[in-house]
Amino acid sequence: MTPYLQIDHIDKAFTPGTLVLKGVSLTINKGEFVSIIGHSGCGKSTLLNIVAGLTKPTNGGVFLEGRQVDEPGPDRAVVFQNHSLLPWLTVYGNVKLAVDKVFGPTKSRAERHDWTMHHLQLVHMAHEHHKRPAEISGGMKQRVGIARALAMEPKVLLLDEPFGALDALTRAQLQDTVQEIAARLGNTVIMITHDVDEAVLLSDRIVMMTNGPNAMIGEVLDVSLPRPRDRLGMTDSSAYLSARTRVLRFLYERHRHPVAA
Amino acid sequence: MSQPAFAARPAPEQIAPAEGSAAVVQLGVARRSFLRRHILPALPGIAARTVPPLLGLALALAVWELLCMGPDASMPGPSTVWAEAKELILDPWFVYGPQDIGLGWRLLTSLQRVAFGFSIATVFGIALGTIVGSSTWAMRALDPLFQVLRTVPPLAWLPIALAAFQDSHPAAMFVIFITAIWPIIINTAVGIRNIPQDYRNVALVLRLNHVEYFWKIMVPAAAPYIFTGLRIGVGLAWLGIVAAEMLTGGVGIGFFIWDAWNSSRLSDIIVALVYIGVVGFALDRIVAMLGHFATRGTAKG
Repeated sequence: MTPYLQIDHIDKAFTPGTLVLKGVSLTINKGEFVSIIGHSGCGKSTLLNIVAGLTKPTNGGVFLEGRQVDEPGPDRAVVFQNHSLLPWLTVYGNVKLAVDKVFGPTKSRAERHDWTMHHLQLVHMAHEHHKRPAEISGGMKQRVGIARALAMEPKVLLLDEPFGALDALTRAQLQDTVQEIAARLGNTVIMITHDVDEAVLLSDRIVMMTNGPNAMIGEVLDVSLPRPRDRLGMTDSSAYLSARTRVLRFLYERHRHPVAA
Repeated sequence: MSQPAFAARPAPEQIAPAEGSAAVVQLGVARRSFLRRHILPALPGIAARTVPPLLGLALALAVWELLCMGPDASMPGPSTVWAEAKELILDPWFVYGPQDIGLGWRLLTSLQRVAFGFSIATVFGIALGTIVGSSTWAMRALDPLFQVLRTVPPLAWLPIALAAFQDSHPAAMFVIFITAIWPIIINTAVGIRNIPQDYRNVALVLRLNHVEYFWKIMVPAAAPYIFTGLRIGVGLAWLGIVAAEMLTGGVGIGFFIWDAWNSSRLSDIIVALVYIGVVGFALDRIVAMLGHFATRGTAKG
């Protein structure tokens, strides 16, 4: 059986001779939630952009359901770190733009409207659908960004440090929302993060990257905690603590950030 | 300002009908309290904005009058202007003959030329700006040309325009066109070059085609810049038309000034200057308002 998403021996050099990523290979199963964690500058965002098709790898390729993907497309929807909503469109308009583009040929106008509102409801933003991005909070913008990506019904959902710019309380709320949606819809998700707790809470597998240049996958950890995961209940669980410790050990003992070291 | 008072205001209109003849009294009270609660508190604010400009205007007129009071003053003071050109000021729409018409008509003629030249400049300016903004090669090819041509004063184009069109009317409009187009091109190009990578990425992930990208991302993202260019352009166009009409003749406001100068009607010239200033100011505000409306205040999100 062919793997669902295969990242195959990716090298990436922005300037000739200096590899940012070296020989990165990863296979992801359908419905799996995979986090990629590493210090800033380790090329994890570059890796996500390569999967998204926004950046071309120097060597190697990405295969989705056995087919090579080297251009961006709605089958690999991205939730960008800084939400990237279009400020001249309303919340509804931002999601509708994606829905119209992806489902224009297959769904009627009324169906596209319902589809848009349904995804705004998923992220609890339906009541704010008429507002413009400038009128809502950072957490709300990111919810809309998630709704826009989900509404494309992607094969793989790519989250690029989606909660990085948010305060801790808002971040926790959004993590719960993402967890709930991923469980409900069975999305395949790749999430870039530098937050250990976030990675352990949400992931089935945590991919730990070494520091760049020549960044590669240092270790892969299976997180076999039962779902749904409750952030309060888990704090006592030994499986949670051992997973957390292992990621922390990797990041702060064996691969300390070069600047911090 | 008075919003809290509004929220706390009782609704006497709703009580009134139930009490029959008391309705008149109730409405009277409501009207008086409306005046007291909404009009009176707003007065200091209105006064603070209207009194200083009026004072400034009065001061300027007083200084002008003082400077032109002497018997051998070469310029007419405000009172002389009023006495000599009263008709011109009070009735902009008189028609006494083909060349003897009110300033309103002359301004309309000039505005017509500006509207035509400026519209063409808008279309070509945005189109060229889009090309230069989206293609590095087009920018390298055309930008030096634009940077040199944009410094040429409007009137320097007039002889060439006259030679090319063999007629003063299209030549004047060409001068407007060539004056207004540069800021439009340059601002559009900057606006398009400055479209954030985030928006481009969104378009890439959605696989927007070129037409969709143009209308859904490029135009709205560059709109604030485009309107800045249009605003500068309309100002320059208005500067250009007066100068062009002084040389080409006809019935425009520019020629009126030239004509008045030749017959030593200084007061008429001063009245015309005020009209030109007011219209130029109005043009600037109109384009600014259009821009504000079109970008709906979401230039930055």
